[in-house]
Amino acid sequence: MLGNEAIALGLMENGCTMATSYPGTPASEILASFAALQKEESMPRHVQWAVNEKVAFEIAYAGSMTGLRTAVSMKQVGLNVASDSLMSAAYLGVTGGFVVISADDPGPHSSQTEQDSRLMAMMAKIPVLDPDSPMQAKEMVATAFELSEAFEIPVMLRPTTRVCHARQDIQPGNIQWHPREIHFQKDPARWAATPKFRFHLHQALEKKLDAIASYPKTAPIRLNTGANASKALIVSGVAAGHAKEIMKDLNLWDRIPMYQVLQPFPLHGDFVSHMIGTYDEILVVEETTGIIEMQLADRHRIKGKLNGSVPRVGELLPETVQKIISEFAGMDTVEIDGASDPGVRPTLCAGCPHRAAFFAIKKAAPKGIYPSDIGCYTLGLNLGAVDTVLCMGAAISQAAGFYHAFKNEKKPPDIVATIGDSTFFHAGVPALIDAVVQKVSFVLVILDNRTTAMTGNQPTPAVGIGAGGESLNSVEIEALVEGCGVKFCRIEDPYNLNEFISLLKDAIKYSREHGPAVVISRHPCLIDRLRKEKPAHQPVKVEVSDECDGCAFCVDHFECPALVLNEAASQITIDPVLCNGCGVCICVCPKKSIKEVGKDDCESTK
Amino acid sequence: MSRSMKQQIVISGVGGQGVLFVTRLLAEAAIIKGFSVFTSETHGMAQRGGTVLSHLKVGNFSSPLIRPAHADGLLALKAGGLSQHGFYLKPDAWAAVNRREDVVQGSKSPVFAVDADGLAQRIQQPKSINLILLGFTVGVVSTAVENPLFCSLEDLKTVLEKRLAGKKKMLGDAITALETGFNGFGTI
Repeated sequence: MLGNEAIALGLMENGCTMATSYPGTPASEILASFAALQKEESMPRHVQWAVNEKVAFEIAYAGSMTGLRTAVSMKQVGLNVASDSLMSAAYLGVTGGFVVISADDPGPHSSQTEQDSRLMAMMAKIPVLDPDSPMQAKEMVATAFELSEAFEIPVMLRPTTRVCHARQDIQPGNIQWHPREIHFQKDPARWAATPKFRFHLHQALEKKLDAIASYPKTAPIRLNTGANASKALIVSGVAAGHAKEIMKDLNLWDRIPMYQVLQPFPLHGDFVSHMIGTYDEILVVEETTGIIEMQLADRHRIKGKLNGSVPRVGELLPETVQKIISEFAGMDTVEIDGASDPGVRPTLCAGCPHRAAFFAIKKAAPKGIYPSDIGCYTLGLNLGAVDTVLCMGAAISQAAGFYHAFKNEKKPPDIVATIGDSTFFHAGVPALIDAVVQKVSFVLVILDNRTTAMTGNQPTPAVGIGAGGESLNSVEIEALVEGCGVKFCRIEDPYNLNEFISLLKDAIKYSREHGPAVVISRHPCLIDRLRKEKPAHQPVKVEVSDECDGCAFCVDHFECPALVLNEAASQITIDPVLCNGCGVCICVCPKKSIKEVGKDDCESTK
Repeated sequence: MSRSMKQQIVISGVGGQGVLFVTRLLAEAAIIKGFSVFTSETHGMAQRGGTVLSHLKVGNFSSPLIRPAHADGLLALKAGGLSQHGFYLKPDAWAAVNRREDVVQGSKSPVFAVDADGLAQRIQQPKSINLILLGFTVGVVSTAVENPLFCSLEDLKTVLEKRLAGKKKMLGDAITALETGFNGFGTI
């Protein structure tokens, strides 16, 4: 069972009746698995993908205000989006158990930052649990609900990539259905507290935290009771999993006492006193920031991130943990050569409509500035059509920033921003409204592939399908764009490359005088298994003619994995397994050497 | 095989080749054999054609990751996987690699090669190189290596039958691919 499936099962087994999320690696499969379990059980639960993490958080939070057990899941940078709600919800507290699952990505493997959600829990002043494995993550869901209800406080569960995307043999328990009374107790002094009341709520929150710091069920565990030394090891999260194995391998298990922290914040007060009172040297191994470390007061006894014993950036791989523990135990360390070969870089799929759109953008605005956003299309980097990637929704506001910076220059550059359909819904709308009001001259290309592709093809609001495949309402992107006040909004399939390029040129011309122009690049994602609509596009069989001189323009500027340069023959060949027959490369080749079988050139194909 | 079974295997390839599928089949085979299993997978951005790596640990482990020089075996769905991820292997570990040439020099550990791309074309299942390499691995490792793989061809077939129950065509194709690889080992 995948870690994320184990978490979903934990939610199910513990009576969670409302689960919301916005997809993001490594958290995406939590809600998908919950929806799949819900389909089997068909109990009256609410499961949904929300438009963004803030909305997801607030829906689940209000559910808990009615006494239900609810949960929201997201990736760590998603918690940034939901942080406004989190900080306030910590003060107001909860009624039914409310679990905030924020999955961190040390590495980072698939994220903009390596930020530690446990710091967010600390800032919000809520407890956080740190699982070491799928199995423990599932158990901690139960603990989180109990803790949340015992203290009427949101509780964070913080798995990392190696927990979410690890797979372990886990026996499913019983999914029991205990219907709860749903009741919203009006209490404006609490639920709509004014600043004066917030002061009292803050006092109450501090009291809760003091009590939680001695809650028995989440207290640190002594792992090896037999060991006795003046040194001790504190571990947490997946680093605990690595360390347990390594301590046994190095024959240190019976020598150096080892403690596992389950609740890194608030750290149990008795534990802190015991550690400082017992040991001369303490090594703390945790990911990614030294949260446990900074709560251990006596600095000169502690080794960890703050004194440089443990690296402050990057994932704690088991080989790194081995080196740290060996040094701490006074053993010789052997350097092991790790990866040196960077491997293959990711690229857009063969036939991906985004590739065609990016190629067209470079043609239409060769000297432009290209702000972009978060999604598969970030890979437009490889094509030189993505200049900036900051965070969800930033493409539009950064385009505005570039416009305002350059607008008084003699010849300001054209600005063509790209954003995915799901990202546009998530955080692009307010920025577009702002750009309309400020008359920002730029073209926004909405890469509309009818899905949230990068994270595994979750539905967008335009699709009208729910997390369990049920039929829902939909919101059309063009209506939304027009509603934002944009007067120039056209739709084109980027597979029609020449038409798409000339549309972009029109849009650029329009934007120079009148402000924002929007081009919706619409072609469904090729790997979307949920897709109901059959694409209108008929596969085009392409061949490379003898005129190809191997200039590799197509490889360098179009980078389709199906186009392979045969250096010996100085010609391009087409990989028949990868090629999906989009036919766009026919119009890409500057020498017209790629042709549709039986046709003459680009124009006659289209 | 006993309770003390401990095997660590690295599976490498690029996004879209089915590294996750192979990992899952092996993990399920471990479960039907009654072993504990712990795997770690690559999801997200790298799945778009980038390098993908799975760790599979059969037996009693607490960490999902394999340390360098601790793996018993490597399945490389791309020829480059051996040089790229070979550092995970123990000195005497085996590697099964998808590539045309069989000759490997300067390596202490046994390296077995199979042209899975070619075999996949031959059985007209271009996307089945993952199963062909898996079948090949089971065949070659059980015969040519002292410490056999924790599962057999039959175990993998059982897992496939369970996973693809009700999808007769897909199951038939998958078993053909698996057997093609298994038998492919005898031909080189």
